[in-house]
Parts: sequence; C-alpha cells; structure tokens
Amino acid sequence: MKRSKRFEVLENRPIHEDGFVKEWPEVGMIAMDSPNDPIPSVRIENGKIVEMDGKERKDFDMIDSFIADYSINLDNAERVAKMDSVLIARKICDINITRDEILDISLSMTPAKMNEVVCKMSALEIMMGLAKMRARISPSNQAHVTNLKDNPAQLAADAAEGSLRGFDEEETTVGISRYAPMNAISILIGSQTGRPGVLTQCSVEEATELGMGMRGFTTYAETVSVYGTEQVFMDGDDTPFSKAFLASCYASRGLKMRFTSGTGSEVQMGFAEGKSMLYLEARCVFITKGAGSQGIQNGSVSCCGVPAAVPSGIKAMGAENLFSTLLDLECASSNDQSFTHSDLRRSTRTMMQFMPGTDFICSGYSSVPNYDNMFAGGNWDAEDFDDWLVIQRDLKIDGGLKPVREENVIKIRNKAAKAIQATFKGLGLPAITDEEVEAATYSHGSKDMPKRNVNADLKAIEEMMESDTSAVDIIKALYNGGFKDVADAVFNMQKQKVAGDYLQTAAILTKDFHVVSAVNAPNDYQGPQTGYQISDERWNEMKDIPWAVNPEDY
Amino acid sequence: MAMDKEKLRSIISEVLSELDIDEKTINTTSSSPVITSKTADSNTLKLTDTGDATPGTITDEVVIGITPAFGVYQTETIIGIPHASVLREIMAGIEEEGVKCRVIRVYRTADVAFTGHDAAKLSGSGIAIGIQSKGTSVIHQKDLTPLANLELFPQAPIIDLPTYRQIGKNAAQYAKGESPDPVPVKNDQMARPKYQAISALLHNKEAEHQDLKKKPQAVKVEYI
Repeated sequence: MKRSKRFEVLENRPIHEDGFVKEWPEVGMIAMDSPNDPIPSVRIENGKIVEMDGKERKDFDMIDSFIADYSINLDNAERVAKMDSVLIARKICDINITRDEILDISLSMTPAKMNEVVCKMSALEIMMGLAKMRARISPSNQAHVTNLKDNPAQLAADAAEGSLRGFDEEETTVGISRYAPMNAISILIGSQTGRPGVLTQCSVEEATELGMGMRGFTTYAETVSVYGTEQVFMDGDDTPFSKAFLASCYASRGLKMRFTSGTGSEVQMGFAEGKSMLYLEARCVFITKGAGSQGIQNGSVSCCGVPAAVPSGIKAMGAENLFSTLLDLECASSNDQSFTHSDLRRSTRTMMQFMPGTDFICSGYSSVPNYDNMFAGGNWDAEDFDDWLVIQRDLKIDGGLKPVREENVIKIRNKAAKAIQATFKGLGLPAITDEEVEAATYSHGSKDMPKRNVNADLKAIEEMMESDTSAVDIIKALYNGGFKDVADAVFNMQKQKVAGDYLQTAAILTKDFHVVSAVNAPNDYQGPQTGYQISDERWNEMKDIPWAVNPEDY
Repeated sequence: MAMDKEKLRSIISEVLSELDIDEKTINTTSSSPVITSKTADSNTLKLTDTGDATPGTITDEVVIGITPAFGVYQTETIIGIPHASVLREIMAGIEEEGVKCRVIRVYRTADVAFTGHDAAKLSGSGIAIGIQSKGTSVIHQKDLTPLANLELFPQAPIIDLPTYRQIGKNAAQYAKGESPDPVPVKNDQMARPKYQAISALLHNKEAEHQDLKKKPQAVKVEYI
C-alpha cells in the first residue's frame, strides 16, 4: 500500500510509543464495568452481614470476611443497598447535599455498591465529587526525592529545595535497597532545612520501613500495600489482618501512616479473577477503612501503565480517588509515575485531581529530573516545575507549589548539603566531601555529582543499623555541627509522635509545627465561595512567577 | 479474548525486530517441560525437571530460581532476549568466579522476590538469583525477608546480557562472603509507558502455569 504522509506523521508522534491493549475481561484486563463484577447486595442477620455482593457468608474469601466484619457501617447498610445507585451518584456531585450527608450513605455501602454508584458518574462528575468529598479543606502536594547514585548530599539538597518549593510531604526510595536508612536520614535533614514541618518517608520493604520509623529516621509511612484478590495477598505472604497489625504498629509509635493500592495491581500480578480493575480497587479501599488506616495512596500508582493501556483507565484512576474520599479517608492521589510519552496525555491525566484538588495531588511529584527518579520515573519532574507554576497561575488553582528565586534555592541547597555533611561526621558515616557539597549545591541531577564509595557506605549503614542509632543521635550531630535550627526542627518532628495529633486524617504540619487536618480544618465545600478559598497572600505568591514581564519596565 | 497468542507473538516479534538481537524460536504452544530457546549461535536450551530440589550442602554455590514458564512456555524476556542466552550469561558469570551453580524451578509462585527467596533457602551458601520469564531478576539471601533483597533489577526492559552476566558474578561473590560493588543501577522512566501492559499480559500467561502445591524442582540444563 502506498503510505499516507499524514498517517506517517501521526505514527511518529510520542503517543505511538505508548502501549495500548484491547480489553480482556477474562483475566481482568478491563478498567471499569467488567461483565464479571458482582451485583451489589447486603443481608444482615443478628447484627452480622450474612450476604454481601451476591455471595453467602459461607462462600466469602478472606477479603469479603474482613470487609463484612470491619469496614461497613451496618446501621444504614440494608437501606443503602436498596437505594437507586443513580440517585446516590447524583447526590455525590450535588453541591446542595453536604459531605456529611453523603458519608451517612457511603460509609454503609458494600464494595460492589460503591463501584456501581461511581460507574454511573462522568469524569466531570467524579471531579465534582472529589472537590466536595476531599477530607482536608486545603489541597496539598507531595514530592519524590531520589537519585540514581543514592547520593546523600544530593538527596538532602533536593529535599531542601522541594520544601522551599512548597511540598508538604517528601518521599524517597533507593537504587540499592541497603541504602534505605542513609536516604531516609538525608531527606529528613534536607526537608527540615528547607522548611520545618515537612513530613518525610522512605519507601522500601515493610519491616525495614517500620524499623526506620521507630528510630525516627522518617516521620510518616505510605508503602503499606493492599490488594483486591486473595491470591495476590497470598503471593506477598500477607492478609488484611497482617496489614492491620502493621497499621497498629505505626499508630502505637505515633507515626502517621497510610495504605497504598491502585487499579491494575491484581491483573499485573496475574490474579484479577476476571473482575474490573476498579471493582478490585473498591475492595482495597474497604480493607484500608476496616484496618483503621487514616488514609490511602491510590490512583493506580506504580501500575499506572496497565489501566492506562485500556479504555477508560484514566477515568478509573479518578474514580478510585473518589472511593477513598467516600470512605472519609485521606487520599494521596498518585499522579506520580510515568505512564505515557505524550505531554498532552500526561497533563490531561493529572487534571482529574488537579482541578478538584486532593489531599496530595501528586504522591509524589518527581522533584528531581526523571533519570534520577527511582520510582521508575514520574508523570511530572523537576523540569516541569515552571509549567506547573504557570498552570496554577492560568487557572487560579492551588496546586501546592510556589515560585522560588534562584539565589534562595542555591542558598538552601548549600545549607542542606552542609547539614548532612555535619550529620555524617557526627554519626561516623563515610565523609561527605566539600566537593560533594559544592556539586549538590548547583546540581540538577546525579550526573553532576561525584561518585561515592558504595561499599564503604553500605558497610557503614550495616554497622549503624546494628547499633541503636536514632533521631536523637542525628539531632546531637546537627547541634554539634552548628545547625541548631535544623536540629530543633528534627527534634520537633519527633515530638509530633508523642503528641499524636498528626495521626488525624489528612494531617500536615505548618512551619510552626501546627497540625492542619480533617479534624481542625475539614472540607466544607458546598459550591461557589465555600470550601477552600485562595487567600490574597497565597494568590500574590502564585501570581509572582519571576520571568513575567513587569509593565512598568516598558 | 482480545489478546491471544498470535497477537502476543506479533508484539514480541515487533519489539524484536526493533531491537535486532539474538535469533530466537518462539514456541508458546509447547506443553512438555523442555525448551526451545536458542542462543545467538543457535544452541538450543533444554530444561528438564528431575525431581524435588534438595537443600544444598556445599557452601560455594549459587542457586538460580526460575519461574514456572521460564524457557518452556515463554522463551524470551520482554524485550526478546532468548532465555537460553540469559541463563548462559548468568551461569557464566557465576562460574568465572569459581563458584558452582544449579537451577531449580519454583512452581508455587511466579513472583520474582519469592522465587529468589525460595531458591536462597535451598542454596548451600544462602545466595540465590531469582528470574522471571519476562526477565525481572533479583539477588537474594536466605536470612532476608522475602521482599527485601541484596540487589533487585525491577525494570526488565533495560536488563541486557552483560547485566545478566554481572548479576551472576555478583551473586557468586556474595556466596564467597565478599562484598561486591552492586551492579550499577539503571533507570528508564519510559519503560513503563511502553511495556507495563505487555508485562501484565506476560505475567498472566506465566501465572497460568503456577502450581501452589508443587515443590521446587531440580532442573537439568542442557545446550544441544
């Protein structure tokens, strides 16, 4: 066939680099509305659910049992099951119905009912629902801070810059897993240098993650994963109960914690039982509620490429965020991992959370260039900072970031790199050289950083973890190294775990360590001029992109 | 079924033609536990189960744990590197460190971490390599928790043959009680957009061959 020049042009567009797959419902390769999704139902006898979503109790798997026993408010359950799903869907996006009125209904739903209700909503209506149902009044944003070399000076500098740019939470992970404690310490110090009160965590294997939290190296946790089918749970040697115990461990140590799940994980792991990705995600969100977690990170997250490859997959990601809010949970709404080569597509994907605002729009935004993003690449990265600022300014929507001056960024990066240098000295970890401090101050990514002796680092980490090194030693090292303000901030972050106020739903901290959560700052959106309003001060900050021309100069 | 074997085969061929690498034979219909993956020089890999795998007694060995479909129902990684070549490079990497290796097939799971960990528990040195059919790999140690690892190679689309050889070398050095420099970490943020859905398809195909009740099997490796 003689080729059409137009088709040749189209085939060379970035969108054609993406993987697309047709639906395959038999294995659950379908985002929403699988023909195998259960029909909602509930029957209660003697205060116990005896039938749920078409299954008798004797046929329940462990997930059904857990949800039936712990996740559903039974008071209204039978009434809600009989309500018209379209009517509930309409109430969710009706500004005249309050958030509390919706919770009276939604907290008594079964997973299949919630799935059916949200499947009746358009993408726009899902966004309207999110605007009203978000737990905290103000939206916020989270950063990823990682690098290919696991370089501590660069991690600290990038965390400091991220804090300065407005992120309220920062998350790291590793290239080499044994680096985890060093990376956690690096972003803890960097974050507190940039802006006291920013929460930090290190995403690794669960026992390691808990251990680091107990030592005070981290101030929240996020990577407690749950799944929508029994087999996937079993593949990870887990049950809903083991996850609930883990949640209790964090609570008992006063550490903020949220679960993680997302559409596509079950089919990615080969056991979706022919159910839609969205229905299985409903089960995950209900497990999260039943286990007593204050919140969840969902929106497909690291499985993003799976739902994104099938029809309505991006809509499903917004729908699962809405599930979380309907169960009164904090929602860190993903928008983190790269799923497309197309700039058009990646910004469109984010609009479902950016427009209504979520507790954390990205979880997180890659604050480093994508080649350094060890979550395998972000949907947004450090090279998109100015685009994000302009989109906020264009739409007058608070996406959590603020314009910054180059000289201030250089200054804070240098301070953070020196603070981590002093900490390493105090802790007896392999020295951070002046050359590394200088490179981290001005670097864009790890290509600008000198190499470290990886083996010496790993050996020192092993020794540190065999001793009882904790945040107290970090505070001492900072104090003795002349970084009294940073020491004070790290100390105040540890105090939060004793006070426990930041365990409340959707909590973040101000620079004065004041907790802002769904308890003292609940979302009360009910249409125009209600809910979160951008203050004049914040709007002036958002407007002030340094590269805009000043009319007075002409 | 929207994505059948023919479709899958065409995707794999397409990816292969882009990459222009080793010659391969695709045999997705084979049901006997032998092989059809060829190396570049046309050596065919033959894998035969020889009974329950036993715990190792020699301390300088590395066990390679392969997943249920490896080299049989699937014969190449997600980017079309023949399993015959992958296994040969890993074994060569181990052997050039003067360490012995043996291969076992794990049936109860197709998860890379648990496959690696099951293999580590059978390894005389406590060190093992886990590898999935799509190519995802891990170096594991028996005393670690299953989801921890010594070194993890989570992005199958960017693992090439020199990396597989290096994985073998490093595993062998751990087995000797040494502390090798970890294989340099690679990252491609565009691997997911391109390959994740295909990875899900391949994993579903692999999981079909899982057998929860079957113990790990010793595997005889031959190149014919």
